[in-house]
Amino acid sequence: MLSYIARRLVIAVPTLILVSVFVFVLQKLLPGDPALVLAGEERDPEVLEFIREKYRLNDPVIYQYFHWMKAMLQGDLGISLRTQQPVATLIADKLPVTIQLAIMAMVIAFAIGIPAGILSAVHKGTAVDYIANFIALSGLSIPNFWLGIMLILLVSVQLGWLPASGYESPFTDPVKSLQTMIMPGFVLGTALAATLMRHTRSAMLGVMKADYIRTARAKGVLENAVIIKHAFRNALLPIVTLSALLFGELLAGAVLTEQIFTIPGFGKLIVDAVFTRDYAVVQGIVMCTAAGFILMNLIADVLYFLLNPRMRSSL
Amino acid sequence: MRKEFLAALLLSATTLVSTAHAADLRIGLQDDADVLDPDQSRTFVGRIVYTSLCDKLVDITPDLEIIPQLATGWSWSDDGRVLTMDLREGVTFHDGTPFNAEAVKANIERSKNLPESRRKSEVKSIESVEVSGPLQVRINLAAPDATLLAQFADRAGMMVSPAAAEAAGADFGANPVCSGPFKFVERVQQDRIVLSKFDGYWNAGAIHFDTVTFLPIPDTTVRLANLRSGDIDMLERLAATDVASVKGDANLGYAEAVSLGYQGITVNIGNGEKGDNPFGNDARLRQAFSLSLDRDAINQVVFEGAFAPGNQPFPPTSPWYDKDHPVPARDVEKAKALLKEAGYDSFDVEVQVANNPVQTQMMQVVQAMAAEAGFNVKLKSMEFASLLADQSAGNYQASQVGWSGRVDPDGNIHQFMTCKGGINDSKYCNPEVDALLDAARTSNELATRKAKYDEARDILNNDLPIIYLYHPTWIWALSGKLEGFTPYPDGMIRLENVKFN
Repeated sequence: MLSYIARRLVIAVPTLILVSVFVFVLQKLLPGDPALVLAGEERDPEVLEFIREKYRLNDPVIYQYFHWMKAMLQGDLGISLRTQQPVATLIADKLPVTIQLAIMAMVIAFAIGIPAGILSAVHKGTAVDYIANFIALSGLSIPNFWLGIMLILLVSVQLGWLPASGYESPFTDPVKSLQTMIMPGFVLGTALAATLMRHTRSAMLGVMKADYIRTARAKGVLENAVIIKHAFRNALLPIVTLSALLFGELLAGAVLTEQIFTIPGFGKLIVDAVFTRDYAVVQGIVMCTAAGFILMNLIADVLYFLLNPRMRSSL
Repeated sequence: MRKEFLAALLLSATTLVSTAHAADLRIGLQDDADVLDPDQSRTFVGRIVYTSLCDKLVDITPDLEIIPQLATGWSWSDDGRVLTMDLREGVTFHDGTPFNAEAVKANIERSKNLPESRRKSEVKSIESVEVSGPLQVRINLAAPDATLLAQFADRAGMMVSPAAAEAAGADFGANPVCSGPFKFVERVQQDRIVLSKFDGYWNAGAIHFDTVTFLPIPDTTVRLANLRSGDIDMLERLAATDVASVKGDANLGYAEAVSLGYQGITVNIGNGEKGDNPFGNDARLRQAFSLSLDRDAINQVVFEGAFAPGNQPFPPTSPWYDKDHPVPARDVEKAKALLKEAGYDSFDVEVQVANNPVQTQMMQVVQAMAAEAGFNVKLKSMEFASLLADQSAGNYQASQVGWSGRVDPDGNIHQFMTCKGGINDSKYCNPEVDALLDAARTSNELATRKAKYDEARDILNNDLPIIYLYHPTWIWALSGKLEGFTPYPDGMIRLENVKFN
């Protein structure tokens, strides 16, 4: 097991190097001059030159790349061109926010998606199935920004139950933190719930046809036990993989949701960084989320092993 | 258990909303500020934060007159090369450092010499600063500069604690120390900037808030929702489409001021090869284009009438506006005639525009209007950084851009219209205009300056290197509890005498 994890981590290194080359080259292909954006409206030539010198924009791209790599290997992600804060600090500030939002969204997605998927599989072809499918499809089809604004107008403006937007750390004020996270978590969670529901449904349908389900029923096992213990446990594998991947995607930030609820996470940071051509920040975040995604992938595989006795014996 | 939890949650939610402290002001901003160092920053919202954090040497009235702030009085030498300023007594910075002539000298030198300074061009005319008394400075200029006082009414005039600046160097923005009504408490990127009342403020009697929190909320709908739900007490840049709804809401207040800036279409006249085309070469085509537009209708259709139609770098409400050239009425026949005179029945022109919904919609209205006079306008929608790069490199025929505006008229015209102007992307060059605009910046006589600008307008109105369209209006929405807010054309939020009723 450990050697498997170690092997996977080693394979991750070339992947990350590839990612670094891609993000660097793609950024350089973007039209627009960061110095022009950063110099301010007046575009004072002296300031332009200062910025180009300071951030090595005059150097050849290859040189810039190796300079960045060298610094990164020493743990220095560079300085944000826009705010002049170290990129590592920015990431350290935003990552917990993004993780918190991702967890919130996943919890809501599980709470809705899995029961709905099981119900619709068990009651396939009945009204329950259609209603669950309808809700799932709505969750997928309703745009996040629209749902977000509607929730704010209803819950915050009309009812006054929750703050309209903003963020509070769970360490300073857990209650307020939860309050600010409920709506964005719900908006993100409903979309994921739809995906989860569809996958749970199809996995359950596949399993429900299996011989051992018929056997269990023939033995007189209670229907609920058949569904939960026999069917769902076996249907769980693809759901686990999917969840880990969905979580990995969430770590890249949820741009629209963050924007609407004014949550200071990765999404907003990276969009601002791209628009202002804040190379160091874009690079830092992309590397960080790529690493996060690889990690989540690995966790999914490990969970696979733990949940599936057949795979365990193959090690 | 779950029910109890939910009940507890809702309860705490409601109590939290209702217990907001009476003297904590929360302001919703459209963007997050950049680095909080007056010498290094460049964003508009940054200036809004400074207005509460950092006092300036001078301030402006809503009518753009320069009035004392940290400088109580000033006088010019006869040759306009020496500005003597008397400074306010008994002012201290937030860290206890006294404000005096030495501090002013250190600040101006920092603006000039800090490698990261973005203020260099604004204080370029200053040759040296002499401490002529404990509370008096003599500022020596290389050449007369009528714009200097207006620069001191903005970031170049903001005084930071010399002790703190010396210690922090270029990292000053992480913990800014000034002498304004509020001092810096904390900042969370893209989330909040918190200031608290500075008890030692020289004008503390006019300040009625214990803390001020600035919250960047980029989405205009959400910003307004936050105001309606009571999560914030005021917001800047209300969307024009929401004006009617805010004005109709008895629980909300409303304030507006026509800004100092403008939006227009910059035409490439001599910026590289692309400037060498009929639209850049023949002023009649540009005049025809301008005449084909109904500026008032643009304002009504796109901005619900909230903005100000314009045809000059200064809004019609400005004392610098040349009344001899009023906003032209639409005249399609005359436009067609001019087009014909230039040798065209129809003319193709490509205009680049920033890819945001409002500017795009505005240009579509322009496109439809110009079409009736025979212009086939092709809109090239671009992301702003690319648009800026193309425009500065001369890789464009016409470009829809704007300018945020400056207190002194020079800032709205000189750098755009003079041959060597730093942001003259049109590369319009006319020695006559150069001479007039140069002369206007050296005189300290208002009437003399106005005459020069008017003379330049006579020429520019024909040449039209920039076809001005409108002047945005700053629009604030306020909680009904707030009173005493005065709108200023610079878009700043001045909190003196503002309070909860």
